[in-house]
Amino acid sequence: MGIYVDALREGWELLSSGTFDIWAIILTSLRVSGAATMIALLIGIPIGLVVGLKRFVGRGVALLVFNSGMGMPPVFVGLIVAMALSRRGPFGDLSLLYSQTAMVIAQVIIASPIVMAITAASVSAVPRALRLQAKSLGAQSWRVALLTLREARMGLIAAVAAGFGSVISEVGAVQMVGGNLEGETRVMTTAIVQYTRMGRYGYALSLALVLMAIVIMVNIVLTTMQTSAQRWEKQ
Amino acid sequence: MHHFAYAPRAWCLVSLGLAAVLALSLAGCAKPADTSTEPVAQQPAEVILASTTSTQDSGLFDVLIPAFEAANSPYRVKVIAVGTGEALKLGETKDADVLLVHAKADEEKLVAAGYGVDRKDVMYNDFIIVGPENDPAGIKGSADTTAAMLAIARAGEAGKATFVSRGDDSGTHKKEIKLWTGSGIETPTPETDDWYESTGQGMGESLKIASEKGAYTLADRATYLSMADTISSAILYEKDKALLNQYGVIVVTDAKNQVGGQALYDWILSPEGQKVIGEFGVEKYGQQLFIPNAQ
Repeated sequence: MGIYVDALREGWELLSSGTFDIWAIILTSLRVSGAATMIALLIGIPIGLVVGLKRFVGRGVALLVFNSGMGMPPVFVGLIVAMALSRRGPFGDLSLLYSQTAMVIAQVIIASPIVMAITAASVSAVPRALRLQAKSLGAQSWRVALLTLREARMGLIAAVAAGFGSVISEVGAVQMVGGNLEGETRVMTTAIVQYTRMGRYGYALSLALVLMAIVIMVNIVLTTMQTSAQRWEKQ
Repeated sequence: MHHFAYAPRAWCLVSLGLAAVLALSLAGCAKPADTSTEPVAQQPAEVILASTTSTQDSGLFDVLIPAFEAANSPYRVKVIAVGTGEALKLGETKDADVLLVHAKADEEKLVAAGYGVDRKDVMYNDFIIVGPENDPAGIKGSADTTAAMLAIARAGEAGKATFVSRGDDSGTHKKEIKLWTGSGIETPTPETDDWYESTGQGMGESLKIASEKGAYTLADRATYLSMADTISSAILYEKDKALLNQYGVIVVTDAKNQVGGQALYDWILSPEGQKVIGEFGVEKYGQQLFIPNAQ
């Protein structure tokens, strides 16, 4: 156990002395993954809504694609995006490889299917009778959609948590398209890999603990929102 | 919340599935890997060699390790390719049996501290400065390495060039710092110098990043040659004494398989092992990638 104790002590000293600029890395992580989650929600919720509610040809296929997308290996996404953005790739002229934009693109691709699949599942669980009733009372279709989303908000909260949780703790794709450049594209996960490889367990462990704390905090907030919504509904 | 009523059952199924996967993978792990150890050899057959990513990326081990294993049954070598920093740490923590790295000063420190039995020169290759074909800093034909480094720094400050650093405490990174200091300038940092990037990654990845960004970087010749046809960087400065890259081998004191580590150490330093090193790459690249120089 000595190895953990030593690393923890070193990590604590680094954090408290302020010699290790951990905040720049944490902020980059939050900025990139936050932006990616927001975009994934903008893309995923409308599509998930349509696929969850409408009956159309190929709906089964769409659901299958989203559900498989949830298990899509991030390294695969990283490889495809890296190839697309590299100088010899189709979008090479944009010189986006090894930038935060490239990382956001990869993370949007990772998070969107998750948001779509969870949205589709939760809106299709909203009782059909509710929508029919709203329609019969003369509600316009966008109002019906909003009502359905409101009813399915627990699922949407889960979608936010799952999307953000998956991208902020992902390492393969951001390493490939971000390049772990100090002060630019270095995020918590890639920094943890780097410090471990350099044998600096204290740096790695302190970052890993912060990452854990962030993921737990996000889930606490979301769980609180869920339970308070539930309580409100029971009244 | 009737529409979530299915959840408990679904979770049961999911956790059952997970449990099954876990059980299977554990069963796979439980099978001991070295049942092949014959009663002849009481020593464990597995030798752990910690080395650097640049050596691994060059492809040397793909030739060297099979040759060693063929000559030294039943040993089997597991190569852990990390930065020199971690490779040395793996020696300190005795997680490796033998080290093959290139940071002579640190290697000697490790041995002096009692973590290594002995350190010997094995081979050397050289570093090269690569960069964009049009050479915006004009380092081609510099009088010496110092002049080349200064030219890059000056062009960088003028916004005409970028330099990509490994920034990972590797042997190559240590060499780069030595070259900056040797040129009489303070080692640049990404915070203070816009033209200086630090990847914190291996040689192959850093070369790719430098190529994509049209930046200069310090690379070992072997890794560069193995990647030359996939990147657009060119060799712009080379063949200076300051750019030599000496590799050393160290047996870890009281390692789990110190005898096996010693066997690999002895073989690499033997005429047989030295010959394999000297011939590596000649066929593929038309030149030696490493020059054996064990005494």
